[in-house]
Amino acid sequence: MSKLSRDDVLKLALLSRLKLTDDEIERFRVELSSILEYVEKLNSVDVSGLEPTYQVTGLKNVMRKDEPVDYGYETEGLLKNAPAVKDNQFKVKRVL
Amino acid sequence: MNDWAAISEIAEKVRSGELKAIDLVKKSLSKIEETKDYNAIISTVEERALSRAAEIDKDPKGKLAGVPFIAKDNFLTLGGKTTAASNILKPFEAPYQATAIEKLEAEGAICVAKANLDAFAHGSSTENSDFFTTKNPHDQTRVPGGSSGGSAASVILDIAPFALGTDTGGSIRLPAAFCGAVGYKPTYGLVSRSGVVAMASSTDVIGPLTRIVEDTALVLDVMSGKDELDSTTIDKDKDGYSNLQSELSGKKIGIVKEYFEEGLEPGVKKAMDDAMEKLRKAGATLEEISMPSLPLALAVYYIICPAEVSSNLARYDGQRYGFSDESAQDLNESYFLSRSKGFGAEAKRRIMIGAHVLSSGFYDAYYKKAQTVRTKIINEFEEAFAKYDLLLGPTCPGVAFKIGEKANDPLQMYLTDIMTVAANISGNPAISVPAGMSENLPVGLQLIAPHRADRELLNAAKGFEEL
Repeated sequence: MSKLSRDDVLKLALLSRLKLTDDEIERFRVELSSILEYVEKLNSVDVSGLEPTYQVTGLKNVMRKDEPVDYGYETEGLLKNAPAVKDNQFKVKRVL
Repeated sequence: MNDWAAISEIAEKVRSGELKAIDLVKKSLSKIEETKDYNAIISTVEERALSRAAEIDKDPKGKLAGVPFIAKDNFLTLGGKTTAASNILKPFEAPYQATAIEKLEAEGAICVAKANLDAFAHGSSTENSDFFTTKNPHDQTRVPGGSSGGSAASVILDIAPFALGTDTGGSIRLPAAFCGAVGYKPTYGLVSRSGVVAMASSTDVIGPLTRIVEDTALVLDVMSGKDELDSTTIDKDKDGYSNLQSELSGKKIGIVKEYFEEGLEPGVKKAMDDAMEKLRKAGATLEEISMPSLPLALAVYYIICPAEVSSNLARYDGQRYGFSDESAQDLNESYFLSRSKGFGAEAKRRIMIGAHVLSSGFYDAYYKKAQTVRTKIINEFEEAFAKYDLLLGPTCPGVAFKIGEKANDPLQMYLTDIMTVAANISGNPAISVPAGMSENLPVGLQLIAPHRADRELLNAAKGFEEL
């Protein structure tokens, strides 16, 4: 189960929006397989009767008042890191 | 050698006018220059720090008046770049600051520089930094630990009296142990994560690295508490965390058997034996306890962490901020090229492992199973804390390793976190305190406490420090 094929790595790269070189594909195939083999030690652990824990605070439904809050963020500051901006909006390359 | 007085003392002298904030900032900046060879610092925030110091000197006030500090470069700060030591965030200038930074500034502290880390805090040595590797202050051929390696080294190189780190699987405690600093991982939720580059959101915590426990407590006192910008935050202790009382007599301490098994270096074992002997003499009761699920924590972590990393790093798409590959012909290609060139090998590994364990057909076998074993580990902690006030073990089975020694084997690097990671899985507070040397390199003693018993943990750590 843990041994990844070249195609498995390519599928993961696609899901991850990563373009890998041939060297990277082989390197990650070996490395990811060894990491997965390690974590698969959990397969044999008996967890009958236990529920998963997704967070540890015990907090539930933390709400705030439905009112706008001014945190002082300015449009200029939020856009200054963008590679391209047009009319106060992020400009991206063509989609089609 | 320590060039800085206790933080409360420095702030007191700034408030009384005996010390000037501007001189403290200049001292910190000159230390950065003197210790450049160690690569602890990515960038300074010199201009902003000097102007804040000048302001503070006009009307010095606050618990941390004029105290310089170093922030790990995954804290959003004004006045310079915030890179997370990654190529993809290399050009990033934060438009706002982390809540932790805001709270420290409100009490008069001054951020002077940003410390090196493993890119996106993925690592245990700073070797995964996309820029350079920090050197251990005790031996330049060795790593400082990670991921908050630049922060730990900064404190021991006397660059500032305190530094901030983040601890997702051990990233504060491990470098603290390797460099000989105090490193504190608070109860999950005690310090707001707002404005800190997210790694694994269900285990990420923020904490200080200092020379002494009292300084850690004061910084924690200022940073902790609820924040409406982070809905996972919890209230701080009603007594706060400063004004500690050393407490060891009558404390019941569980010695975690699984932390003293195979792989423990003899020098670390000896340091632990000495520490335990001192604790006994100080009136603590020490007993061995077995927590058979603890060795599973690392496997749990290396499923949960990459899963959350793959989700948290999805936002780096080269469109709104960060590195963007100009050669792309269309939007889709821009995502692929920006991410492929902007992320280093470790980020790519974790993103892909995360994609794998969350993908259809594998989710139950990996992710859900890991979260269920997490419950088993939490239950063991709860059982242990029904009997003991604290749990004890080494922070790491070994001392700082050589630069390059584990760099080509990701799994060996992951195993460095074997003793720190359980407290992240369970959310318990934990501290690494200096516990002597092994072959001229520092050893860290780890104490773990029940949820929200941060004050009790700091009291005990202060007690140990005084022995």
